[in-house]
Amino acid sequence: MRKRKEHDYRIPEPDLTPMIDMTFQLIAFFMVLMNFSQSEQNDRVTLPESELARPADAPVDFPITLHVPSDGTVVIGGITSTLEGIRPLLNNEISLLQAKNKGASDANIIIRAHRDVPGGVVQDFIRKCQDLGFEKFTLRVKEDQRY
Amino acid sequence: MKFRKPPESAVKAELQMTSMIDIVFLLLIFFITTFKIAAQEGDFNVKMPLSGAGGAPTDLTQLPIKLRMKADANGQLADISVNDTISFGQDWAKVRAYIVQLMGDSAGPSEEEGPEVEIDLDYNLRYVHVVEAITAVTGYRQGNDVVRLVDRIKFAPPRKP
Repeated sequence: MRKRKEHDYRIPEPDLTPMIDMTFQLIAFFMVLMNFSQSEQNDRVTLPESELARPADAPVDFPITLHVPSDGTVVIGGITSTLEGIRPLLNNEISLLQAKNKGASDANIIIRAHRDVPGGVVQDFIRKCQDLGFEKFTLRVKEDQRY
Repeated sequence: MKFRKPPESAVKAELQMTSMIDIVFLLLIFFITTFKIAAQEGDFNVKMPLSGAGGAPTDLTQLPIKLRMKADANGQLADISVNDTISFGQDWAKVRAYIVQLMGDSAGPSEEEGPEVEIDLDYNLRYVHVVEAITAVTGYRQGNDVVRLVDRIKFAPPRKP
């Protein structure tokens, strides 16, 4: 009897299950770290470094972030303005605070100023904020990587 | 006539995973391209109530320590002086040592007590030097610990050019 060899014409398929698992792991990782909010970061601002800089233990109450790039303008809530035009933007923030039964003295002004901006410009912005009743200021710096 | 039922097909129903894998890879590429690594940031808290509030201190020992910083034409730090008497050049270590000497054996700083430092800077002095000043007077690192010096910091009125 002559037996014919049975040829298996199926194409060998690699098992993709582990690769799909790893891909889902990576997606979950990036989704957890993803932050679409632009209020805390600004690419135009390079913060100075400080060895004493440490993240705050608790979130800041009623934060208002002022980004001050090297050209001396200011960015509040994504809107770029000059020193003279900052008042209406801050008044908007005060209105939002008043809606929560809070005032300017309860807010924390977080100043993220570029390392090369003149210090007098930062002083001017602080003074403008003080004129509107803001009292608490936080100067944000970058953590010194050497420590 | 007896009709026989055709034998049930033994074909296994398989889900088509190709489309899902395509979408998953697209999502992954989106997240990778929009992911941004940002350096850790820290805060210096400065409490500055309305200008003119508080009045002059009655106790002369509570007068603020005046830290004067002068800038050159490029905005770089030219000179540091304390209380308009002692000049430290550009050496922040000496400034810190002087602050430590002034603090003496007094208890650690608090918001209500302890010395206060008033920073007076030239208008065009770069902000990085302001942060250096605040770092120098606020404290220093000793190993993994931070020794606090002065917690009360304020700015003098701006010196308009």
